[in-house]
Amino acid sequence: MKISEQEVRYVAELANLKLTDEELGRMASELDKILTHMDKLNELDTSAVEPMAQVLYEAGETATLRDDVERTPLGEEAALANAPLSGAGHFKVPRVIER
Amino acid sequence: MNIATLTIDQVREGLKKRAFSAVELTREALEFAQAENPKTNAYLHFSSERALEAAARVDEGIARGEDIGPLGGVPIAVKDVIVTKGVRTTCGSKLLAEYVPPYDATAVIRLEEAGGILIGKTNCDEFAMGSSNESSAFGPVRNPVAPDRVPGGSSGGSAAAVAQGTAVVALGSDTGGSIRQPASFCGVVGVTPTYGRVSRYGLTAFASSLDHVGPFARNVKDAAALLRVLAGRDPLDSTSAFAPVPDYPVDMDGGVEGMKIGLPREYFKDLPSETGDLILRGVETLKQLGCEVRDISLPHTAYAVGCYYIICTAEASSNLARYDGVRYTVRTPGDTLIDMYRNTRGAGFGLECKRRIMLGTYVLSAGYYDAYYLKAQKVRTLITRDFADAFERVDAIAAPVSPSPAFRLGEKTDDPMEMYLSDIYTLTGSLAGIPCMSVPCGKTVEGLPVGMQLMTRHFGEADMFRLAGAYEKASSFFA
Repeated sequence: MKISEQEVRYVAELANLKLTDEELGRMASELDKILTHMDKLNELDTSAVEPMAQVLYEAGETATLRDDVERTPLGEEAALANAPLSGAGHFKVPRVIER
Repeated sequence: MNIATLTIDQVREGLKKRAFSAVELTREALEFAQAENPKTNAYLHFSSERALEAAARVDEGIARGEDIGPLGGVPIAVKDVIVTKGVRTTCGSKLLAEYVPPYDATAVIRLEEAGGILIGKTNCDEFAMGSSNESSAFGPVRNPVAPDRVPGGSSGGSAAAVAQGTAVVALGSDTGGSIRQPASFCGVVGVTPTYGRVSRYGLTAFASSLDHVGPFARNVKDAAALLRVLAGRDPLDSTSAFAPVPDYPVDMDGGVEGMKIGLPREYFKDLPSETGDLILRGVETLKQLGCEVRDISLPHTAYAVGCYYIICTAEASSNLARYDGVRYTVRTPGDTLIDMYRNTRGAGFGLECKRRIMLGTYVLSAGYYDAYYLKAQKVRTLITRDFADAFERVDAIAAPVSPSPAFRLGEKTDDPMEMYLSDIYTLTGSLAGIPCMSVPCGKTVEGLPVGMQLMTRHFGEADMFRLAGAYEKASSFFA
């Protein structure tokens, strides 16, 4: 096995994802199968190969910065319109810092 | 007027001759699409108000004697991962079921500026992750050609809408084949342009180094006309290309005699014979048109699935981190902030998204980065080089899109690895960032459509459309 159920639990924590027990079990066997397939990449010697940073790097000018032109921002009301909970011009979340 | 078979040219002609007004056409298109929708579930919602307002503007322009624009009055469906101001955009996810974006994607702005009419948003796999449209939180889409089968994915709704005739053209998005594969399954034309050819601004991010916006159409010229409108530099997407945009629909009339077409031997080796025969018959047609066909090799093809699913899940795990219950409509409460994040994401994401977030988090986690992500980025370089080498010898590549035609609903949902492996022929072009398209090349004995994939070098869309256009004229498989 490439990945144990305990490791799946750990990765779910890293991903901030609550999984049910059924999902945890299923995930362990599915991820194992996929990761085993991914090991195929180790057949290739890539010691002299540069990792891809941008697929069009050799095809010409692409990743450049735009001019710094003023634009009207979205505005508080529109930005908060989809918030599950907002107030006083902010997104509200459960208390993080104790008094 | 038969709305289900309209072309862009017919719409424009009809408006110019005053055979119908844009408002009349839009009303009829909306009614037809709403009546047909229960058969396929292709649309998640309709944007009637916005459509009728846009149509009224087109009619006012006509009354003033103005040019009606290259998409004037054309009813267009847009995949629901592309944001539309004031029109719900769900990404096929429970997490965004009520999300109403405060801005428009650049692609949507461009199509409306060209006179196009956004009639509705189409169903898709959740956050565009899937190859069958079955991971949508709002139910699968049925293939209009065979209702017990999937339309393909992830842009299944857009492909079905165009095949069904409820939209003249549609926008989809493609990360590893999500435009080409459903186009193949539904028997329509689907185009994945060069990476950066169309702005991604407002396309909900899945895997940013692989995401594309592209057109669906029933014929090559309409796809070319839509891409002409969408393409071009956008300051809001720093990866969008400066390269000039050719007039694709006009350029496609040139001949294809002497064009060199490569057949990658790795793609035909294990191909089931029925699909293979149809594609080889398509290649035979290209030969009759004067193309010179050559055997080529893309030696790293077998590594594409592993490479792709490392890169795309890594990027997805990062991009989907934003759905945490703070900004986007849905929250599942928790005692602490972290609990709230975890509960929201656990309750909101479907199984396929969870699987990919988990994989991506795993391959990026401490100790595994070099073994997976960095390795995959190096293999991506090799796959891209395969294509660069091939295009030294040939002008275009002809290939399958998918090893099989549309499969039955539920047939592959229990085995994600099998579903991933069936993406092999479309992943390679996505990893290399080259333009690719699917064109109909016939039907199986069961009557299921099969698509042939055409690929060209970076920014070679004009050549690709010329080849596809010549093929379309010489064959009888288009709608």
